[in-house]
Amino acid sequence: MNGLLHQVFSGLATGGIYASLALALVMIYRATELVNFAQGEMAMFSTYLAWSMINAGLPYWPAFLLTIGVSFLAAAVIQLAIIRPLANAPILASVIVFIGLLLVFNSIAGWIFSYTIKTFPSPFPSEPLWANSYISTHEVGAIGVTLALLAILFAFFRWTELGLTMRAAAENPVSSRLVGIRVARMVALGWGLAAALGAVAGMMVAPIIFLDPNMMSGVLLYAFAAALLGGIDNPWGAVLGGFSLGIVENLLGAYLIGTELKMTVALAIIVLVLVVKPSGVFGRTVLTRV
Amino acid sequence: MAFGNTMRHIPATRPVVFHARLIIGVLLLLVVAIALPFVASGYLVFQLTLTLVYAIAILGLNMLTGYSGQISLGHGAFYAIGAYTTAILMTRFGVDYWWTIPIAGLTCLIVGFLFGLPALRLEGLYLALATFALAAATPQILKHNGISAWTGGVQGIVIIKPDPPHGLPVNADQWLYLFTLAITIAMFVLAWNLLRGRIGRAMIAIRDHPTAAAAMGVDISLFKSLMFGVSALYTGIAGSLGAIAVQFVSPDAFNILLSISLLLGVVVGGLGSIPGVIFGALFIEFVPDFAGQVSKAAPWAVYGLLLIACMYVAPSGMAGLARQTLASIRKAGRAWPLA
Repeated sequence: MNGLLHQVFSGLATGGIYASLALALVMIYRATELVNFAQGEMAMFSTYLAWSMINAGLPYWPAFLLTIGVSFLAAAVIQLAIIRPLANAPILASVIVFIGLLLVFNSIAGWIFSYTIKTFPSPFPSEPLWANSYISTHEVGAIGVTLALLAILFAFFRWTELGLTMRAAAENPVSSRLVGIRVARMVALGWGLAAALGAVAGMMVAPIIFLDPNMMSGVLLYAFAAALLGGIDNPWGAVLGGFSLGIVENLLGAYLIGTELKMTVALAIIVLVLVVKPSGVFGRTVLTRV
Repeated sequence: MAFGNTMRHIPATRPVVFHARLIIGVLLLLVVAIALPFVASGYLVFQLTLTLVYAIAILGLNMLTGYSGQISLGHGAFYAIGAYTTAILMTRFGVDYWWTIPIAGLTCLIVGFLFGLPALRLEGLYLALATFALAAATPQILKHNGISAWTGGVQGIVIIKPDPPHGLPVNADQWLYLFTLAITIAMFVLAWNLLRGRIGRAMIAIRDHPTAAAAMGVDISLFKSLMFGVSALYTGIAGSLGAIAVQFVSPDAFNILLSISLLLGVVVGGLGSIPGVIFGALFIEFVPDFAGQVSKAAPWAVYGLLLIACMYVAPSGMAGLARQTLASIRKAGRAWPLA
């Protein structure tokens, strides 16, 4: 029983990370109907930024906040400079540009920081809370950070004017433009927020899976699966999908198939969802009139 | 902007006129291709063999992406299936190498068709996602303990290079090149016939206007999954030939970067262009060598920047660029006497 509980708890911790990245994907999907294949690599790069700041002597939390800010700005600039001109191009063109970005971030990280695996510090103490044997303090902290982030995002989209404007721009760009909303800026803002979410996910997962240029490939795949499972246009679905996939992955890994088939499990989930219920569990079914 | 409609720049099939110039050009190319292994060094012959292998794989992917408009980020998986089919048949069952190639192709046709069946329900982006996951999962599946008795696990399988037939005055490298060349030519002729005929027209109709295609009686789901299968068959044959040429298969050679390389070959050469395929293959075989001298990471940075740049500057690839240049030269030529 103890083992099972332990697996469920650490599943929740990685699930929170999947949920953050899935939420980033959903945010960009809602605004542009595109899936950012480079989201994982951007998060990885952000994590390297945080690592260099911490190595340069900055304390953890200032580095954490600074990384989020830099990632936000960089992603907004990338959106405006590279992605936005392709807004009317076919999906293929956008997918190819995303793959290009993925390669660029991955290889530049390898170039600057080398491919050797690095350890990434955790801001939380190493001894478990109340000396429990189920869950490490970093895992508790990661879940806490994820939940706090979700609460902030919810409040932002629910109660601020900017949040409302962003939702309007994603929901109905044409009408939003008519009432004076700068839709392009809102999309860039969405990209910034997504990258900020990704940066947090990267910094939370790095102490668990260590830092290397390819660290996010598995996380990204699970985030894809989580977003699809919950319905790629539904933020709550993505969060729920992320947490449940984290638990499923851990339980399968511990009791059924081991960790060697981690990616295959994600592939199976993605194909299964797409075949059985392409709109996901909580997604809207899109009907097109022909 | 130039990329307004990447897909629409690809010309639909036109009636083919056999210009004398075209025939002479193709014959000349053939003579050069056959003569090359006798003048080039051993390693260059090996690289050229791999270029032909990539050309077949890129042709397969281009048939899918360029002609039927379906995005695959996972064709490395079919390349891997082809390679492993050949390696397993040759080492475990003692099958002759030339027999393993059609078997590898057939295996991929079936796997591709089956993967294409659910995939055809997926529009552009979702297919890209599913195939991306397929590419990411491939090395793990190949390494899995359950099948390591067949696949050799992480170590992979070593293949013995086939000997040239008795009496031919060529060495093993040259023979492999000529053998691959013959198959490449056959695959190109087949593709060309397939794409400019009824099936090719149906594919282009589906790509440009699915509703109209369905109204004209084109069975969209059948054609789409069929094209996925045929495309996988091409890539599988390429994988099979590639395994024989490299004499080694291992899981980590078939990672997601292989799939991305193939996509890059298609994009750089030109979506929907058959001659562009050869350029794309030359590109992905030789550019990493040059860029690799700068840094281990450099080729991929160059690849990434090129992918992005291509979408801006030359959405129809080198083939499109060449077409445009030729057209403007002709225009300038015609305008010259008036100036």
